[in-house]
Amino acid sequence: MRKAWIYGGGFGLLLLVSILICLSLGSARVPLADVWGVLLHRIPGIGPRLIPAPDAAYETIVADVRLPRVVLAMLVGASLAVAGAGFQAVLRNPLADPYTLGVASGASAGAAFAILSGMRIALGLWSVPGAAFITGLLTLLLVYTLAGRSGRKKVETLILAGVIVQAFFGAFVSLMISLSQGVVNEIVFWLMGSVALRGWEYSRVLLPLLAIVLIILIAYSRQLNLFALGERQAMHMGVNVNRTKLVVLGASTLLTAGAVSVAGTIGFVGLVVPHLVRLLAGPDNRLLVPVSALAGASYVLWADTLARLVLGAQEIPLGVVTALIGTPFFAYLLLKRRQSAEG
Amino acid sequence: MIEVQDVQLRLGDKEILRRVSLNVAEGSFYGIIGPNGSGKSTLLRLLSGVLRADSGTVWIGGREAADYPRKELARKLAALPQEGVAAPGFTVREVLEMGRYPYQDWLGREPGDSGEIIDRVMERLALRELVDREMDSLSGGERQRVALGKTMVQEPRILLLDEPTTFLDIGHQVELMDYIREWQTASRLTVVAVLHDLNLAAQYCDRLLLLADGRTAGEGLPGELIRAELIERVYGTRPLILPHPVSGVPQVLLQSAAAAGAVGSAETVGTTGKAGAVGPAEAAGTAGPRE
Repeated sequence: MRKAWIYGGGFGLLLLVSILICLSLGSARVPLADVWGVLLHRIPGIGPRLIPAPDAAYETIVADVRLPRVVLAMLVGASLAVAGAGFQAVLRNPLADPYTLGVASGASAGAAFAILSGMRIALGLWSVPGAAFITGLLTLLLVYTLAGRSGRKKVETLILAGVIVQAFFGAFVSLMISLSQGVVNEIVFWLMGSVALRGWEYSRVLLPLLAIVLIILIAYSRQLNLFALGERQAMHMGVNVNRTKLVVLGASTLLTAGAVSVAGTIGFVGLVVPHLVRLLAGPDNRLLVPVSALAGASYVLWADTLARLVLGAQEIPLGVVTALIGTPFFAYLLLKRRQSAEG
Repeated sequence: MIEVQDVQLRLGDKEILRRVSLNVAEGSFYGIIGPNGSGKSTLLRLLSGVLRADSGTVWIGGREAADYPRKELARKLAALPQEGVAAPGFTVREVLEMGRYPYQDWLGREPGDSGEIIDRVMERLALRELVDREMDSLSGGERQRVALGKTMVQEPRILLLDEPTTFLDIGHQVELMDYIREWQTASRLTVVAVLHDLNLAAQYCDRLLLLADGRTAGEGLPGELIRAELIERVYGTRPLILPHPVSGVPQVLLQSAAAAGAVGSAETVGTTGKAGAVGPAEAAGTAGPRE
């Protein structure tokens, strides 16, 4: 368990430092000491007494403009990374992630429908993740059926099924957009993935989902380790394989739906992050799942900071940044698999 | 220890097992043989509770297999797969530790000390120098040894083997089977093995069940079952059967169809004569020194 402290502590520290730096970076630079000041001053109870009131302009920039965005970026990153780790473990497929499986696309179709049809206004904020969850689950079911019923699903077949389903739902979303008279620009930008201008209410939707699913996956992490031996072996060792699969796939889809509802499709986070963590900390899911949450938070936080900084006033969609990093990585993994299969 | 009564199973419209029964005594080594598609592996899957029979019952230790909660069954019964275990990235120690899963509560704790058991298994299977290696870096033989180690850590009363030697060379085949027999005699383990290799089956099993097309074609001692006429009837090829020069158990020599026709009565020479001239050399090749 020393490993847990090292990697947990290391990635926790990385996240903390990242938060401070990313809060200070932007069109107006806020010195790090002032970022600290604003944050500490906000700690309820002791904060205001120990820390002098910060500069009002800095306080507005850090606490009101940047902090909601930074928090949402972290929550989205943690969610997608945890969902990716869950999918990879239970499907025993290193290429699985919310995006490559098509679940993110399916969820975004549901979310887009909820937004465009006015369900969000009629039924409240939770209707969007609700609809996204339902279509996400349907997508997963579809992909799973397409890839074949037999216990042994080939890694590439599953991804291919994901591509097919993704193409279908992509077209479906485009159709909905073209038929709607609403604010097309907003929807398109949302589809490309963004955590900008979302305010706190989106974080309040995602945080409980992340907390619940994280607890579920950590509770199931030993079962997921046994999955690495093969489903039948796991069964022989006393794992309730069907229940584990159902719970973990459901939980990962729920988290994907949550992330997609608040931030659109941000691809490949669930692929890149668990892989990098696995390289460092090993495949043990007891460690992999929580550390992926911390690492995923840092990863998307930095990706979003890049998105708002690189072109100055013009912002790049976050989904574009993660795709630009993620697709070469995906290609590399595919290539590596083929080499090891041939050699 | 294991009692199977009249099990039947259909998968789709294919009848896989038709009224098969068997009885395995505690502490014995029981072999299931038969051609491809005869239902051997399916029968094993019924024993391990992975599949349920359409009719008939499977009793494990005096209780119906279907009545066991999964974890409790895993404390009683372990299975060694054909190809060892994959578990890419996990170290040998981590895989061995997984064997304790059936004894752990939901927080991963267990009442006793598992370290001692794992140490003992590593000693017994000479796994100590592999302990920090990752599973992907092991050879096929090593991987199968780790898989056996993991089932030993599981401390079952029954071990099921599904063609465990398929991907091993003869040196590792004999090594694995010897490890299993040593474990069987030392802890009165009950072993049920699906075996492809009739010679291995004859050498290690106390009793054999011969399946053909989902039916029992014979049950008994290796000497009673491994007979040229029966093998020919079930497998469609007529072998030569010779007694093993050391242990005396029957051993199978294959011959091409042309040769079988030419020396039609060859197998009688083999079994009645005290191990013909070819016998010792061939038999020694199968059970001979390790590589």
